[in-house]
Amino acid sequence: MSLWVDKYRPKDLSKLDYHKEQAENLKKLTHKGDFPHLLIYGPSGAGKKTRIMCILKDLYGSGVERLRMEQLNFTTPSKKKLEIMTVSSNYHIEINPSDVGMYDRIVVMDLIKNVAQTQQLDVNGQREFKIIVLTDVDNLTRDAQHALRRTMEKYIANCRLILCANSTSRLTPAIRSRCLGIRVAAPTVPEICCILQTICKKEGLTIRSEFAQKIAEKSNRNLRRAILMCEACKVEQYPFAPNQNIAEPDWLMFIRAMARKISHEQSVNTLASVRGDLYELIIHGIPNNIIFQTMVSELVKNCDISLKAEIISQAALFEHRLQHGNKAIFHFEAFVAKFMCLYKRFLEDAVADVF
Amino acid sequence: MESFLKSGKLGSSTTKVDKSSHANNETSKKKRSVPWIEKYRPRTVSDIVEQNEAVQVLEQCIAGADLPNLLFYGPPGTGKTSTVLAAARQLFGDMYKDRILELNASDERGIQVIRDKVKTFAQLTASAVRHDGKPCPPFKIIILDEADSLTNAAQAALRRTMEKESKTTRFCLICNYVSRIIEPLTSRCTKFQFKPLDESKILERLQHIAKEESLQIDSDVLNALVKTSGGDMRRATTSLQSCSTLKGKDTTISMQDVYEITGVVPEQWIKNYLQACKSNDYSKLEVFIETFILEAYTASQILKQMNEFIVNTDEFNDKQKAIIGEKLGTVSYRLQDGGSEYIQLLDLGCAIMIEYSKT
Repeated sequence: MSLWVDKYRPKDLSKLDYHKEQAENLKKLTHKGDFPHLLIYGPSGAGKKTRIMCILKDLYGSGVERLRMEQLNFTTPSKKKLEIMTVSSNYHIEINPSDVGMYDRIVVMDLIKNVAQTQQLDVNGQREFKIIVLTDVDNLTRDAQHALRRTMEKYIANCRLILCANSTSRLTPAIRSRCLGIRVAAPTVPEICCILQTICKKEGLTIRSEFAQKIAEKSNRNLRRAILMCEACKVEQYPFAPNQNIAEPDWLMFIRAMARKISHEQSVNTLASVRGDLYELIIHGIPNNIIFQTMVSELVKNCDISLKAEIISQAALFEHRLQHGNKAIFHFEAFVAKFMCLYKRFLEDAVADVF
Repeated sequence: MESFLKSGKLGSSTTKVDKSSHANNETSKKKRSVPWIEKYRPRTVSDIVEQNEAVQVLEQCIAGADLPNLLFYGPPGTGKTSTVLAAARQLFGDMYKDRILELNASDERGIQVIRDKVKTFAQLTASAVRHDGKPCPPFKIIILDEADSLTNAAQAALRRTMEKESKTTRFCLICNYVSRIIEPLTSRCTKFQFKPLDESKILERLQHIAKEESLQIDSDVLNALVKTSGGDMRRATTSLQSCSTLKGKDTTISMQDVYEITGVVPEQWIKNYLQACKSNDYSKLEVFIETFILEAYTASQILKQMNEFIVNTDEFNDKQKAIIGEKLGTVSYRLQDGGSEYIQLLDLGCAIMIEYSKT
């Protein structure tokens, strides 16, 4: 018994539910001899991974579904030992280089060289190359991206890369120009509705179209989240009531409450209590950028337009610094303090204007 | 050995291919899928388009003159690596492999490597005759590709080596930004700037490739490809190849495909962005940016296109343009540095919004 997300994941390019034309093109691509490096990008829950697995299956047949976990070891020049988990089949290896932080360059270089130097010894001999899937490439360090450049060209004879990223902004143009970019846009709300209904039908459940619509809108066009929400709703109460409460992620509500606290009272005491909340969020492993983004959009909601612009420009500054520093809490607090300062001054000015 | 390893099913299929060698084009192509940038890399120095100064110096050198240490710099895809490789091939002929040490950012390049590998290679003497008795220049070339990613310590270690071994070794540094090379190194080299290629030159080359590969492509579409490349030959060539691989040989490549592959944001989105800014309504801007990100367009690309738009527009006066331009610069830097697309685009949007409300 697996989650619906995994159970109903399309396994074949022709079975994909949306972006049909793109799937068609991908299919053509896999049937040709020369397969380029791919860069697949799109927001989370848009189906990047699903597409990668479909492409692999189309290239190598069902053999790619026999996965095994392996731990690889690397040694840095300074004799530090690194360990990284990989998922691989006979034909491909999947790795997330940013797991090892700043040492990702070594992983990228060694791995590609290793894979590229072993020729494919397959009886069928259908493909001459293996595939390396690198996930989360937008978190690669600049060094690792530099290292990729030439390696990608040099070993093209027996290995191909599939890069998977949320956005290509952080990739150097050099990498982008060496790959065939595949844009995977998030599914639209009607598409999500349609998928939810098919899944429910297969599960033998009935779902009203209004309810599916509601879930789809709540999911923020994230298909994975939509399916998970739908399943959670089913566990909670079945048959679905049209006004049934759709559980939102609790961190979202938590941040919302925090934002309300901040705009309610601007004082050192609030700042101290917000610090506790922020720690809570960080401890629970909510990614920094999500905390920041949600916080900003919640805080800005009840501000005047002129204030908004100023806050956003401060937010952009602190968000950028957050990427550089390694203690997120400082930057969060700095932003909250700045916000309080701006907000309070604005309120005072407004009051002064009245009199 | 190779044929032994690939015995079994494949063996029989290759013999079949040999028998009907030309008929089965598809399979033979599979055997050596060379990317077009490698396939159409210039073979001789005279094949190189533009970059006159560098070509002249190298041609003189091939004719027998001495070669200085070289420093090539310029934007990507202007032929820096191609030039030096072509020159080396002409200079050394089949001894090419022994006379060249190519190091790039994907090789380990700390100070240790400079000390060991480069030094030992530099200290080898080279004879002035080829194996077949023909004369050839009595030096070796060390190519340091992507030299701007060398550490400062490694660059410093190069300084003395470069002078001491000048009898037997020439260095060729290749980089995008000359400012990242330390001064003592640049003063030891002859600098050549590689300029972005002229659009007509790229178009000519693309037409040549399209003919060789027998692609079905309109000249309009080729023009669009050239425009999006921005003087980068490699980018233009790879985009062309990507288009043809994605669409297949028998279908014509349309404008839409070019935009999709090069990642250009459709004009409509830029208009919408400005519309949202113009409306002076923050929530509209927010909604726009959310959908923009969900559609997975690239933020850095829209910045580039916005820049072009802002420079040419009449809606703002020069001062406003300067303010927006500065914001664009900051935002683009932050994005490259890992900033979140959502917040940075909002920031830019707000800045433009303020400027709009001033007009």
